[in-house]
Amino acid sequence: MSEAVVTAYEAVIGLEVHVQMNTRSKAYSSDGYDYGAAPNSQVSPITLGHPGTLPKANSAVVRNAVRLGLACGCQIREYNAYARKNYFYPDLPKGYQITQDETPICTGGGVWISSETMAPKMIGLTRIHMEEDTGKSIHDLDPFHTLLDLNRAGVPLLEIVSEPDFRSGEEAYLYLQEIRKLVRYLDISDGNMEEGSLRCDVNISIRPVGREKFGTKIEVKNLNSFRNVQRAIDYEYERQCAVLNSGGQLFQETRTFDATKGSTTAMRSKEDANDYRYFIEPDLAPVRVTESFKASIAASMPPLPQALVKRYQEELGLSRYDAQLLTESKETALYYEALLATGCPAKSGANWLMGPVQAWLNERALDWNQWAMPAASLAKLIHLVESNTVSFSAAAQQLFPLLIAAPDSDPKALAETHGLLQESDEDALLAHVDAALAAFPDKVEEYKAGKKGLMGLFMGEVMKRSRGAADPKVTSRLIQQRLES
Amino acid sequence: MKISTEDVQKLAHLSRLELEGGKAEAMKQDLTKILGFVAAIERLDLDGVEPLVYMTDRENVLRDDDPQTVMTHAEAMKNGPGADSDYFRVPRVVEK
Repeated sequence: MSEAVVTAYEAVIGLEVHVQMNTRSKAYSSDGYDYGAAPNSQVSPITLGHPGTLPKANSAVVRNAVRLGLACGCQIREYNAYARKNYFYPDLPKGYQITQDETPICTGGGVWISSETMAPKMIGLTRIHMEEDTGKSIHDLDPFHTLLDLNRAGVPLLEIVSEPDFRSGEEAYLYLQEIRKLVRYLDISDGNMEEGSLRCDVNISIRPVGREKFGTKIEVKNLNSFRNVQRAIDYEYERQCAVLNSGGQLFQETRTFDATKGSTTAMRSKEDANDYRYFIEPDLAPVRVTESFKASIAASMPPLPQALVKRYQEELGLSRYDAQLLTESKETALYYEALLATGCPAKSGANWLMGPVQAWLNERALDWNQWAMPAASLAKLIHLVESNTVSFSAAAQQLFPLLIAAPDSDPKALAETHGLLQESDEDALLAHVDAALAAFPDKVEEYKAGKKGLMGLFMGEVMKRSRGAADPKVTSRLIQQRLES
Repeated sequence: MKISTEDVQKLAHLSRLELEGGKAEAMKQDLTKILGFVAAIERLDLDGVEPLVYMTDRENVLRDDDPQTVMTHAEAMKNGPGADSDYFRVPRVVEK
């Protein structure tokens, strides 16, 4: 069979993700870093690459690398050396980046991805290593010069290199979401792609379905959102298929993604291949990760999203959808955990968080970390509904906002004060029912003539008269009794 | 080990240096001398000797993650190109 008639290709994709850490000081010097600080205000002689300065490694960087490695099931290397990657660029003041070359701190392991429509799949990791960020070059402020802001120089990064395990843009998208969730749960990074705390380069090639050998690898850069990573991959797949199907040839190259056009274009090829002349960084002592250090990190790991999803589905009987929503952010998951710890039923707890609480936050464009009500208070509110003391609608629409306004008060006392306790006492309810029916004598006639849809009107009237406190089930039965007697 | 003119030109390019006139030749001679000096080590019998990377045998020399203000903006800019602005100014890196 000749090459030209092959039309079914599969994409083979690997991702390189850089995670910028949220440590308080830099990787090899003690100056801090805040996104958006005044240019060149967070620097030091080490950051600026002044002669005679010596780097000092930040213990939090090692700890974070081990945390991520353990979370991904990687092997953690015992003996770690740092390496210099040499290249000349103005935003790299030392003339080399301190990174790891032959001894990455984590190897192997993987990240599970899944979706409503896709069975779980593990994306293997090649390595995770520690390195430092560069400064920022600004090319469009001064017509004659490049301007440098070196605040970011030296900020710690973790580079996560995946195996070529992705077959579609959607898989890459899911993986990035999972990585972001992980680094947030582990409190390693804010994971904010727009501010550059997460960066992603894509390697993509295509090959005829069923063939083992990889095609020509093309790198795509300049991807500043998860969606753009997915779009760039989808575009590249189509483009590469079209080139091969029309009898053309692909060349190894680096392309850049234009988000406005949704397409990639070749970057100007570098005159020479890079030659980074790696060698071991002699200014930093090697790091030995001991078994006891690893054990102490393992013991301090927070619950991780995938383990929680599994537990919520298998032990609490929640749907996959609910479990995913509850673990979307660490704040929600921890709050839900606190709710469960009070003995709150799993399903109604989940419904309250994803229902009234989420809606309240959405209406005010707030985040979960701005949700201040103690879990114990919400649990008491939920218990009032579960025990039929307050109806769900009265709880959600009236008691809930009252409790938000006074989060430390007792929900039951609050319900009493505002007359929200559910009336299931039939005599009291009957008074409301009779009053409601008396208010609409013509509607009562219409109902009796067969217009059963009017039930809702009567229910609404009773609810209004009881200020939402009427037990809906009992009320509905009483109205029917009265009308049909 | 012999240094060729191409080696010198490649190193110069990687360092973004322009070696004009006789400078490349002079650099080649210097580099040849330096390598010749270091080559003395090749005359020793080094079988079984581990490469020496670090000058001490210390490990895990780590500092706490404690941020410090080490220098002010003005101090940082003092010796740099463009000390009068917020930024260091260097020749344009990207052509328009």
